[in-house]
Amino acid sequence: MITHFPAVLLFAFFISIVFGITQRAQPRMMIRFGAFTFLCLVGGTIAASWLMYFIKH
Amino acid sequence: MKLVSSLVMATSVTAKAQAPAAAKPTTSPLLCLIAGWLVPGAGHFLLKKPIRGALLLLSVVGMFAIGIGLQGKIHQPNTGDLLDMLGFAAQLGNGILYVLARSFDWGHASVQTAVEDYGTKFIVVAGLLNIISAIDAHSLASGRKASE
Repeated sequence: MITHFPAVLLFAFFISIVFGITQRAQPRMMIRFGAFTFLCLVGGTIAASWLMYFIKH
Repeated sequence: MKLVSSLVMATSVTAKAQAPAAAKPTTSPLLCLIAGWLVPGAGHFLLKKPIRGALLLLSVVGMFAIGIGLQGKIHQPNTGDLLDMLGFAAQLGNGILYVLARSFDWGHASVQTAVEDYGTKFIVVAGLLNIISAIDAHSLASGRKASE
């Protein structure tokens, strides 16, 4: 069974591909925007997780 | 002499203006939209962009398959619950995949664990991504979006 973090990575990976292809016109910019989206999604999730940890503790 | 050079310039300007129109895909935008909705990536395949089409197909089908694997919920259209109706609208974006899920009774009827909720979200987002992909194919076919 898939755990939380691999689920986040897969979720971000697939979304990044679609966003990269659909939101930019040139292949180089597609790759850059896809990587940016991936980092934003994964980084945002990790940041939100730490925020919730500090709220609880 | 001046007249000839201005005529040559005017002709080259006209040729440059007509070049994008000639390069514009001839596939119907509506056909690309509907094909892209029914089968993920099909709109891009019709526009002779097989790599983009394959990546979109992989992404949408991958997310949908993970959602089904996690026993995500397949929303019904007529439960009366607003969230169910919104979920149905989003999952309908999966096109033929949604029809297959309903036909073969894939997924769960209700969400009972957190993992099943993740699965539901995967299926919902796969549908929304497929709608974005289909609209992108429409924009490429109509010439609204530049293409390389």
